[in-house]
Amino acid sequence: MRILVVEDEPDLLASLAQALREEGYAVDTADNGDDGLFNAEGTDYDAIVLDVMLPGIDGWEILKRLRKTKKTPVLMLTARDQTRDRVKGLDTGADDYVVKPFDLEEVFARLRAIIRRSANQTTNLLEMGDVKIDTAARHVFFKDKLVELTAREYALVAFLALHHGEVVTRTQLYEHLFDENESSLSNLLDVHVSNVRKKLGPEFIVTRRGHGYCIE
Amino acid sequence: MKIFKSIKWRLQIWYGIILLVVLAGFGFTAYQMERGRLFGQIDQELHRRIGVLGNALHRPPPRGENGNRPPPGQPPRGQEFNAPPLDDQPPERFSEDRPPAWQRNHLLPEFHLPAEDAHFFETNDPHSFYFIIRAQNEQDIGRSTNQPAGQFFEIENVLLKKFSGTSQGPEISRPPPLAYSFGNYQNIAERLPSGEVIWVGCSIVPELEELHRTALNLVAVGGLILLIGLAGGAWLVSRAMQPIGSISATAAKIAAGDLSQRINVAEAESELGQLAAVLNSTFARLENAFAQQKQFAADAAHELRTPVAVMLTQTQAALNRERDAASYRLTVEACQRAAQRMRRLTESLLVLARFDAGQEVLNRLRFDFSKTIGDSVDLVQPLAEERGVKISIAAEPLEITGDSERLAQVVTNLLTNAIQYNQPKGEVRVKLEAQNGLAVLTVADTGQGIAAENLPRVFGRFFRADQSRTGAGNAGLGLAISKAIVEAHGGTIEVASEINSGTTFTVQLPKD
Repeated sequence: MRILVVEDEPDLLASLAQALREEGYAVDTADNGDDGLFNAEGTDYDAIVLDVMLPGIDGWEILKRLRKTKKTPVLMLTARDQTRDRVKGLDTGADDYVVKPFDLEEVFARLRAIIRRSANQTTNLLEMGDVKIDTAARHVFFKDKLVELTAREYALVAFLALHHGEVVTRTQLYEHLFDENESSLSNLLDVHVSNVRKKLGPEFIVTRRGHGYCIE
Repeated sequence: MKIFKSIKWRLQIWYGIILLVVLAGFGFTAYQMERGRLFGQIDQELHRRIGVLGNALHRPPPRGENGNRPPPGQPPRGQEFNAPPLDDQPPERFSEDRPPAWQRNHLLPEFHLPAEDAHFFETNDPHSFYFIIRAQNEQDIGRSTNQPAGQFFEIENVLLKKFSGTSQGPEISRPPPLAYSFGNYQNIAERLPSGEVIWVGCSIVPELEELHRTALNLVAVGGLILLIGLAGGAWLVSRAMQPIGSISATAAKIAAGDLSQRINVAEAESELGQLAAVLNSTFARLENAFAQQKQFAADAAHELRTPVAVMLTQTQAALNRERDAASYRLTVEACQRAAQRMRRLTESLLVLARFDAGQEVLNRLRFDFSKTIGDSVDLVQPLAEERGVKISIAAEPLEITGDSERLAQVVTNLLTNAIQYNQPKGEVRVKLEAQNGLAVLTVADTGQGIAAENLPRVFGRFFRADQSRTGAGNAGLGLAISKAIVEAHGGTIEVASEINSGTTFTVQLPKD
């Protein structure tokens, strides 16, 4: 899962990005509106965390312009908690909002929720054959036994599971599993896929040659 | 009693009392006038009859044995006169054995009432006029039979003596006619030039009855007018009090917290309309002040939210798992920055609150303002160099009285703004000069300028030319504080700006 965080307060941005990375997300950051809009329009993020008050283009404007081209779920961060601000945010196209100061747990939960909704899922529990995934606890069970996965392996499984039944291209996987700062070595993905197959059975991830991967 | 404290009721009661007094005065006057008219008429009638009797007295009796003269004991047609009065007459004067007066005393002019005048003394007249004619020697010449009885005779004597007393001398003086009323009778006595006294009286029962009716009519009409007046008064008063009701209803709503309420001013020209207008403008100012206060509190809370969010996020992220010392250190440093920011903000808010409350005490001393400016420039020099901004000073030594620390804060703040909002390689010009007994400080930059629509808000709280610079640690209170400091010194601070050309702040301070 790849997330864009747009926030101008450097300490807040740094800790948010760090915490989200530790949650297994690939995180891109922007500390002003112009960079934020550029990133948001140029990449298919799984979600965007967007501060309202930004230097340059503000959060409302980014949202308005982004909605012309993309349906990326957006979580607004706002220091204003008046009803009209919240209504304005939701009406402009935000999927959810969090009022500053917030608890990280709440931000994580709301992010999971908007990502899940955007993939048309209704619960945190995904079941595919012998494999069960709890996206809230980030646990994966194979034949009812908890399987230890690395953060990147979990991200791969979770992304494919969210889009199960669809063929996911390697480019898409690179885009959603690695942030802008990581050099995307082409064989890194193959390593992760092969590790996951070892842990969850060889048939769990199906390779569609020339297209990509798929979970049936 | 609550009812007597209500202006409406007090007005109504006073109005009722005044109306009642006026009506009573009017009614009394009308009654008196009617009474005077009726009695005047009666007096006129009585005088007329005195004239008739006087004429009859001195007219020679008709020729012929019988003529018009009735035989003794037989009264003439119409009025009975000379006949002995009713049974209760004093016996010594009107006893049966004495002949009638004109028979007794032939020296006296004989009297008989001519037939053509008889109608003046018709017995069936409700007034029942009666008369007594008495000669100078106090002997009755003629007398009608219908005088009222009882005490009448005493009065009769008193009245007639008044004239008889003056009748003794050879020169007959002629007193004016004498009117006398008692009980239900009105009487007039007059002395003729020839010496006889004629007394005519009548019952005034019809007049009294008419007066009674008039009085009843007046009371009825007066009562009706009073009722109509009271009803009209109630209507007027409640109409006049209606705006007061609406004013107090509006004020009550405002007291309950709805500051947006205004009194509906229908008649702006009236006294109440003017009061309502004054109240409305007061309410508007109140609402404005409350809105500003609310906005200020919201802004202050908003400013505090970001550093609190930093601290919460930093600590929660750090505590999510075990970390090395260096990463904890980063977290603690970030928290420290956030805390510093909160401290600056709360200090600024406190300073503003103290200035607002007038509690800030200025440490007033005589000092050289140019030196303070020099110190401030030194203080911001590193920032200026970092941004590549050049500062030029033109300040002659100038002594003023004031709080040098607070004024240094103003200068530093203006300089910091001038540097921060300048263009790279820009310029800041600082000038201090004496003008008209004032110390005038100008700080001009060559920066991006402030849009004209924002100029009035520059000294407002939490104003930032760039609305989103939340991360800069600049809460937008600097100019508000500067303004408060300058105004506490009795000075003024003004701003002029041109987009893309620069902004100039001018501070004018009294030298003493």
